[in-house]
Amino acid sequence: MEDKIIKQISLFAENKPGRLANIAANFRKADINIRAFTIAEAGDFGIIRMVVDKPDAAHEVLHDAGFTVSETNVLGVEMDDVPGGLGMIANVLSEKSINIDYAYAFVTKTEKALLILRVNDIEAAIKVLQDASIKLIEMANIQEI
Amino acid sequence: MTEYWNPLIERMPVDELEKMQERKLRNLIDYVYTHSDFYKKIFDDADVNPQDIQTLDDLRKLPFTYKSDLRDTYPTGMFCVPNEQLVRFHVSSGTTGKPTVVGYTRNDIHEWSTSLARALTSIGVGRGDVIQVSYGYGLFTGGLGLHYGAEEAGVTVLPTSSGNTEKQLDLMKDLNTSVMACTPSYFLFMNEVANQMGVSIKNDTKLRVGIFGAEPWTEEMRGRIEEATGIKAYDVYGTSELSGPLCTECQYQDGIHIWADQFLIEVIDPETGEQLAEGEQGELVITTLAKEALPLIRYRIGDITVINKEPCKCGRTHPRIMRILGRADDMLIVRGINVFPGQVESVLMKIPEVGEHFMIIVDRVNELDIMKVQIEITDEAFSDKVNDIISLEKKVESALKNVLNLAVKVELVEKGTIPRSMGKAKKVMDNRKL
Repeated sequence: MEDKIIKQISLFAENKPGRLANIAANFRKADINIRAFTIAEAGDFGIIRMVVDKPDAAHEVLHDAGFTVSETNVLGVEMDDVPGGLGMIANVLSEKSINIDYAYAFVTKTEKALLILRVNDIEAAIKVLQDASIKLIEMANIQEI
Repeated sequence: MTEYWNPLIERMPVDELEKMQERKLRNLIDYVYTHSDFYKKIFDDADVNPQDIQTLDDLRKLPFTYKSDLRDTYPTGMFCVPNEQLVRFHVSSGTTGKPTVVGYTRNDIHEWSTSLARALTSIGVGRGDVIQVSYGYGLFTGGLGLHYGAEEAGVTVLPTSSGNTEKQLDLMKDLNTSVMACTPSYFLFMNEVANQMGVSIKNDTKLRVGIFGAEPWTEEMRGRIEEATGIKAYDVYGTSELSGPLCTECQYQDGIHIWADQFLIEVIDPETGEQLAEGEQGELVITTLAKEALPLIRYRIGDITVINKEPCKCGRTHPRIMRILGRADDMLIVRGINVFPGQVESVLMKIPEVGEHFMIIVDRVNELDIMKVQIEITDEAFSDKVNDIISLEKKVESALKNVLNLAVKVELVEKGTIPRSMGKAKKVMDNRKL
């Protein structure tokens, strides 16, 4: 079950110029590649969430650069890039009363859609999604997507 | 076991101490009246003759003196000795006006050092200790004051002054510093730098005592510092006009003992100037009983506190001033409500998710005062859910509103962005054009 958990990098950033550039520069130096990325903004601040190829290294460089940063456990769900893909996943989770804290999606090189999910009960979510034959991406496969 | 630097004086019964104060007060009044044109004039203006002052009760007949008197008589108009008797000057920073000059005779320096030697002994610091003095050396009294006091007490002094924090930490480890003297803000910054260097003050150094002052700080901040670094943190009191840092809490951390043979303290109502009863909160007024060069009579130091004359568990009979809430000058008036930065600190430090550094910003928008408090979130408390962060802001806002009775906007900022200080931290930005 552990191998289905993806470590997402989350960081706190004030809404001001230069913050993203700073993060990008740190990643470039450390040779870290971003696979998925989103910003949740709330007025004065935002939370940047990223799936990267080397999460532990990313955490370290950002922490050393002075950011407030954490590693968060999320799920990567592979969907067919067709209408109804998202609905099915949401249904499976809601039937078991698993709540989605947040989600973001992007399209992969292989014409699939990848949905990143943070849920309130990650182990239960893995179980129900696998029972419904929904494919979960592993950390080891992040490089390929 | 409690040790004393001068047990005879420090444990003297209160009635004997007060007799000693009366005798010293009478001598002082004669001395300033005959040695200073300034004092002669203000006594004459107030219609007070030195003979009128016989008992401690007569103190209230005397006029107050103010920081502005020191400025108006700049540089040495209030001094009672000719300049050739001085062995040192210190000059206070003129951030709120013209600088003020303090002069010391050889005996003044000795009294000052003695005061600190007693204080250091009262917190178990003495021979065998190494004190790192990270207060600024120079015109500011903090560095040299602690330096002479510690030498007097037989402590080994490491005079690092402020700044160059990484080197300070290296020296702390290499020379086995056991006592740190600096502002609480600087010590917090030092701890941050230590963490970045991979050094734990708690585990990798011999530091066991901190002597923190030169800016107001709170019980809650003490808790944070002691918890994070494993030391005992003591408050020190003093200002340049009184010589410099003078007195500390004793080992029981319950108020600062003010040596009654050197200083006579009162608390007054700042509005009416009337003396307040023991235990009432008001403005501290100090009369120096042992200074030669620049004695001060009923000096309105501006700090808000409470006097406690109860005997202390440590056996010392000298009165204590309880934690300084703030200096009257530091008080902000926001929408007609009095706010001390210390109140804000006290609220913030009770909330574990909030870091140690903060900044109060006051603006006036459309004729309305707006108070904002910037805080840094701790690494441990960071959640990547937006709602968690917003509810933390709301929680802090409501805690501040409960205590201050004022709506405050709380803004979380990235850690490290609130300016760190090597000396006295600036915790307020008042942008109002009043």
